[in-house]
Amino acid sequence: MERSDNLSTLGRRADARRRTLRAFTYLGLSLWAVLVLFPFYWMVLTSFKSYAAYNGEHIPVLYTLAPTLENYRQAFTAVPLGRYLLNTLLFALVTTALMVAVSTLAAYAFARLSFRGKDLVFGLFLSMMMIPSELVVITNFVTITDLDLRNSFPGLILPSITSVFYIYLLKENFEQVPDELYRAAKVDGTSDLKYLWKVLIPICRPTLVTITILKIIECWNSYVWPRLITDDQAYFLVSNGIQEIRENGFGRENVPAMMAAVVVISVPLILLFLAFRKKIMEGVSRGGMKG
Amino acid sequence: MEIRVAHLTKHFYDRSRRQTTTAVSDLTLTVPDGTLMGLLGPSGCGKSTTLNMICGLEKPSEGRIFFGSEDVTDLPPEVRGVGMVFQNYALYPHLTVRQNILFPLENLKGAHRPSREEMGRRAQEAAALVEIETLMDRRPRELSGGQQQRVAIARALVKRPRVLLLDEPLSNLDARLRLQTREEICRIQRETGITTLFVTHDQEEAMSISHRIAVMKEGLLMQEGAPQQVYDDPANLFVAKFLGTPPINVLSGEVRKETLLLDGQAVLAVPGAAEGPVWAGIRPEGFLPRPDGPLRCALSRVEVMGRDVSMVCTHPACENGSLRAIVPSRREAEASGGAFALRPDKVFLFDREDETRRPFRTEQA
Amino acid sequence: MEQNNRKAWLYLLPALVLLGGFLVYPLIDVLIYSFEEGFNFASQTYFGVGLYNYQYVLRDPYFLQALKNTFLLVLITVPVSTGLALLISLGLSSIRPLRQLYQTIYFLPYVTNTLAVGLVFMVLFQKTEYTDGLINLMLSWFGGGPVDFIDGPYWAKLFVLCFYTVWVVLPFKILVLTSALASVNQDYYKAARVDGTSRLRTFTRITLPMISPMIVYLVITGFIGAFKAYSDAVALFGTDLNAAGMNTIVGYVYDMLYGASGGYPSYASAAAILLFLIVLTITCVNLLVSRRQVQG
Repeated sequence: MERSDNLSTLGRRADARRRTLRAFTYLGLSLWAVLVLFPFYWMVLTSFKSYAAYNGEHIPVLYTLAPTLENYRQAFTAVPLGRYLLNTLLFALVTTALMVAVSTLAAYAFARLSFRGKDLVFGLFLSMMMIPSELVVITNFVTITDLDLRNSFPGLILPSITSVFYIYLLKENFEQVPDELYRAAKVDGTSDLKYLWKVLIPICRPTLVTITILKIIECWNSYVWPRLITDDQAYFLVSNGIQEIRENGFGRENVPAMMAAVVVISVPLILLFLAFRKKIMEGVSRGGMKG
Repeated sequence: MEIRVAHLTKHFYDRSRRQTTTAVSDLTLTVPDGTLMGLLGPSGCGKSTTLNMICGLEKPSEGRIFFGSEDVTDLPPEVRGVGMVFQNYALYPHLTVRQNILFPLENLKGAHRPSREEMGRRAQEAAALVEIETLMDRRPRELSGGQQQRVAIARALVKRPRVLLLDEPLSNLDARLRLQTREEICRIQRETGITTLFVTHDQEEAMSISHRIAVMKEGLLMQEGAPQQVYDDPANLFVAKFLGTPPINVLSGEVRKETLLLDGQAVLAVPGAAEGPVWAGIRPEGFLPRPDGPLRCALSRVEVMGRDVSMVCTHPACENGSLRAIVPSRREAEASGGAFALRPDKVFLFDREDETRRPFRTEQA
Repeated sequence: MEQNNRKAWLYLLPALVLLGGFLVYPLIDVLIYSFEEGFNFASQTYFGVGLYNYQYVLRDPYFLQALKNTFLLVLITVPVSTGLALLISLGLSSIRPLRQLYQTIYFLPYVTNTLAVGLVFMVLFQKTEYTDGLINLMLSWFGGGPVDFIDGPYWAKLFVLCFYTVWVVLPFKILVLTSALASVNQDYYKAARVDGTSRLRTFTRITLPMISPMIVYLVITGFIGAFKAYSDAVALFGTDLNAAGMNTIVGYVYDMLYGASGGYPSYASAAAILLFLIVLTITCVNLLVSRRQVQG
């Protein structure tokens, strides 16, 4: 009996240790959560402070008692933020739509049609995933300049359309659809295009939605290519816009107005993320990569 | 080492709705020292939860667990002295068979920790017991399902536990291996004499190797005893239906004046049975084909499968449409034309409401 | 079959044209550029073929500065972010209540605009004539002197860059590691508990080997990603990274190509190919090391 008493205290001590560990876990996790959230809080907070109040704070204040929307007015009037947003939206939607169309067709050819040289072409496709964008950007810059497409939407969009990885992802997904469906459709005299449109796309919609959202995020945040290819403010995307605002912004160092612009740029993506949280996280963990 | 659980209860809380489900309810059960007991029931009956509580992986909500006279309810699993074999074996895929078997020993600390040579010797001994000495340097994925199972048993036994627990030990094996592994578990248990409790949903498996079986349903213990005894004397309709292949035939009947009536016809004298509507359960081997028998069924067909000849018949009182009788020969079956006499020791009566057994005297037995 | 052939190529055509024009052709072209000496962008002429562009880039102090910055960034952020991500994922997978909330919060940096949030970091770390900034205020609580993280000493700037990079890459790593941890069968942990395995031993002997392929994957992609760092630096220090002394290799490539110091696609190409060779070498070394470790 004594042994079991000893062991019971052992069990209780283990319990206590587990509780302490759990407390520390929550503490650590909360700490990182604060570190992640704080910049967001700070940008929203600053965007509501008036210019005078912000610059009057020698010691930063963690709250504001006189919130103002003046900065947002400034952000939309002093700089063409609305135009940047519109440009980005247009760029993101057109690029994504073209990407989905091109990728779907290519993935269908790889997944469903048999043709000579398929394995070779697909092998080449896969090896293209290795090509770093930094290498090809130089020639693309020259190509687009030569085509006289700088400061134009085609110049922005064309090199951004294709993504080998998404074609690969779609092909894998298409291949999971049983062959019987294709044969049944063929027996009924369905054309390939109709089969793709009426059967394959509805079945694979989840994957299509995922890559659409991921591409939109990618477009919204793209910076390098737009920066190279545009120097006319009328074609700036939000990333370039924000850099422009930072460098030549409001005529003076106006941090609250800058923060208002940052909020306006960040909010659409955060809303998109919250709406499609599961899909986005699933898609990213399947192999999405930033940069 | 005897395992005894008393009034064991486990509630699970549903976080969002504050609802509780009771997985195990007031379970009292003893596994005598040195026996092999099968804990049997359909999926979701609480058998695995019971096993996990005995193992120490889950804390009971109420009740106590004893190993011998020692109360182990509050002990963490590693000091209880249990060996556990998981349903999917849980062999570490990146370790060799030898490393897998050594793993539990390497966890021991201080005075309990054997020397390196002692560990090796004990691993070898455990491997010899399950006959896998030649596979020691392979990795789990290079082994067949049956071999993996043996490694898992060796790993469970190497610490010389006081009790051995197995969770659905045969469910991941194909039919042929299952039969073989069944024998193997039996032999290992006999050789080590270790008190063993295993969980299964397969009644044939439980009946064939256990010294004792316990049948559970929805968290409640239905019946416990030696396999043949439970089969011959089921406590309620559930146990009667759960044990036996082909399953027992259930007919709705009535007892009037110590006689069982099926569809209004008297078929069997049931001295001492209470009056009223009943479920009558008749084992397939309880039918005796007699052209002049009192139970008249419509014969649908005769099936001959190997050594068994079974007659498939219909009867108006029969619950699921057809009933199945196992008879000695095809000739007898065809001669009877679907009429039977019944063996009283193979007929059980159950209450219509609570489905408990309604006893009657079987004098000629 | 013959008809199928034509149809298949038709389906592939858009993708092939775009990939050929903007991925394959440029890849070949960039090699050619890098060997063409004295290329003139306006007249599209060059004097000769040779290694001069590489020699020039390797002697350019701006490139050497960028090389140093990039290497330091890689060597600091890859281990730190991978280790931190592992720690956080372990914490996440050990709790149940609030887990989803934490996961959602941790993922936020992934979906935000690097340039935009970089600006917030700049404001937080910056020291101006009006204010020392929030970070410096916090430093002063612990007795630290005000440091200008954005326009001050090199180590301070490097620190901000590393901090921001870790902040940006962590969501992806946490996500990957959390799902890797979740895919480990719980029975292994139960078996370990029955055997009385200590927490540390469970981690080193079971968890770590089980998720090691994912860790290798993260380290390799982390190296590749960190070598290509650019927009984080722009966000913090502005577009003129050479002046700030905080340029990266990729930044050097773009600066050579375009902007105030631009117009030299040959030098840009040479630098880009050097970067590619570095990344290739490091990736191969990584793969070899990890393979040896898995075997041993």
